[in-house]
Amino acid sequence: MNLDFANNLYVFVLAAFLGLEVIKRVSPMLHTPLMSLTNAISAISVVAAIQIAGEGRSTLAIILGTLAVAAAFTNIVGGFMITDRMLKMFKKREAPAAAPAKH
Amino acid sequence: MYMLHTLAETGGTLAGTGDASLQKIFEIITYIIAAVLFILALKWLSAPTTARRGNFAGQIGMLLAIVGALMGHGLSYQWIIVGFVLGAAIGAPMAIWMPMTAVPQRTALSHAFGALAAALVGTAHYYLFFYNNTGLVEMPTHTNMAILAVEVLLGSLTFTGSLMAFGKLQEILPTRPMVFKGQNLFNFVILGAAIATGVALAIFPDKTFLFPVLLGLATLFGVLLIMPIGGADMPTVIALLNSYAGLSASLMGFVLGNKLLIIAGALDGASGLILSIVMCKAMNRSFTNVLFGAFGQVQTAAAGHEKKSVRSGTPEEASQIMDAAQSIIVIPGYGMAVAQAQHKVREMFDQLTKRGIDVKFAIHPVAGRMPGHMNVLLAEAEIPYDRLVEMDDINGEFPQCDVALVIGANDVVNPAARHDKSSPIFGMPIIDADKARTVMAIKRSMNPGFAGIENELYYADNCMMLFGDAKAVVGGVAKELAESAAH
Repeated sequence: MNLDFANNLYVFVLAAFLGLEVIKRVSPMLHTPLMSLTNAISAISVVAAIQIAGEGRSTLAIILGTLAVAAAFTNIVGGFMITDRMLKMFKKREAPAAAPAKH
Repeated sequence: MYMLHTLAETGGTLAGTGDASLQKIFEIITYIIAAVLFILALKWLSAPTTARRGNFAGQIGMLLAIVGALMGHGLSYQWIIVGFVLGAAIGAPMAIWMPMTAVPQRTALSHAFGALAAALVGTAHYYLFFYNNTGLVEMPTHTNMAILAVEVLLGSLTFTGSLMAFGKLQEILPTRPMVFKGQNLFNFVILGAAIATGVALAIFPDKTFLFPVLLGLATLFGVLLIMPIGGADMPTVIALLNSYAGLSASLMGFVLGNKLLIIAGALDGASGLILSIVMCKAMNRSFTNVLFGAFGQVQTAAAGHEKKSVRSGTPEEASQIMDAAQSIIVIPGYGMAVAQAQHKVREMFDQLTKRGIDVKFAIHPVAGRMPGHMNVLLAEAEIPYDRLVEMDDINGEFPQCDVALVIGANDVVNPAARHDKSSPIFGMPIIDADKARTVMAIKRSMNPGFAGIENELYYADNCMMLFGDAKAVVGGVAKELAESAAH
């Protein structure tokens, strides 16, 4: 077990706890947007894919890296857009109805 | 300046190498801000009023991280751009034109993409140790190799597992559990073999022939894992796959020493874990039971049960009863999504609220095919979200409620869960629809629901069945109400 690993583990444990605490507070009503947002966020793996595709240290790495960039970027573009589309729909109460009911 | 240097040195672990160039410092700063923004994004998502701000924070964080990564030295951009274009070409149309009823499928597909990225990056990493343009072999440490093996294992199995889930949700594949004899044993053997291969790789990283074996076993296990899962268990499984996808991204961060990846992956993993626990609790079942129980198999229905009679009504009768009601609680289920009845529900909702009738929606956590599914559909139909009430908060109101209208929900309102110890759903928390003065249930036919369980609610004296497609029946009720209002 090296020091880097221990450091990384610290970060992981702290982030996981923080995540559990923050996400516990998310209203169940928003669980679908929550999933699409966290999914977009975890597409941060694009950072690693960019490195692999860009450094071009072997042909295989370029191919796999480019595909990984594409896969991750699909989630970034799609994930944030769809989350916004969903969140836009959650409205508290629309403006009072145009015409009151006839009686 | 000293501070910047220290920052750059600490950042060495963050981004892999230890050179203190200005670029590196920039990269580190963007990564730190991105991490903070991701956490804020989730914090703001806690309430509908701040949720959009949260999504925006997430976007800025992502943008910063990508810019930071692109500043990395010695990168050539042509392939990265190809990747971006491909990704945008797939992601954007899906986000713009996808109907809201297809949200569960899209979510499963996005878990597949996320996991695929992790598996591809892991694979590229592994082979770069041994084959790269410097011609030198760098031997990975055993720790790193072990992490890499887990990353690839999780990434690959989540990839194929999510594709299977997508297939089932899109109904390309049968939604009933696919089972065969000795399935669990077979699955465990495959998983065991995959883990053993991973361990062997951690001990002997240079045995490159082991790597494709690991990939193969993991992808196979992903398929096997989801095969026996039925549609009603999809909410739990999607949440679990979400967690795996996050975890594999986090592990990638371990291999690269990139703390932003570790943090973002851990957040995703935590979210998936919480959601799967919520889903399991809402069904009173354990993870093991969901994954290996093959719930919802075609159960040979207890033959020869006595014919009980049900009362069936028309939309006209239903609308008259509703017209006279003071309070109505609607219980939506997957049937509403299948029939795409949410807009008709909204029309009915408008007619009823116009009359001053109190209309609320009771949302069971596992109603639909993914966490929060019903809320999104009802929000799409522009039903104000303060009308959507969680099961635990609304159950106390049923005894005072005049009409409980069940739209395409079944097991979540089955009173057998409360008292019938022999029922497969015994102990599952349910919505107390049966306690309302009148219960109306919209259903295609008397066929039992997904779990193949008879629902005694339909035979209760206070229950009226409205047979037909949810969209047609609700539309009929709304029309009747509109006409009676016009008189």
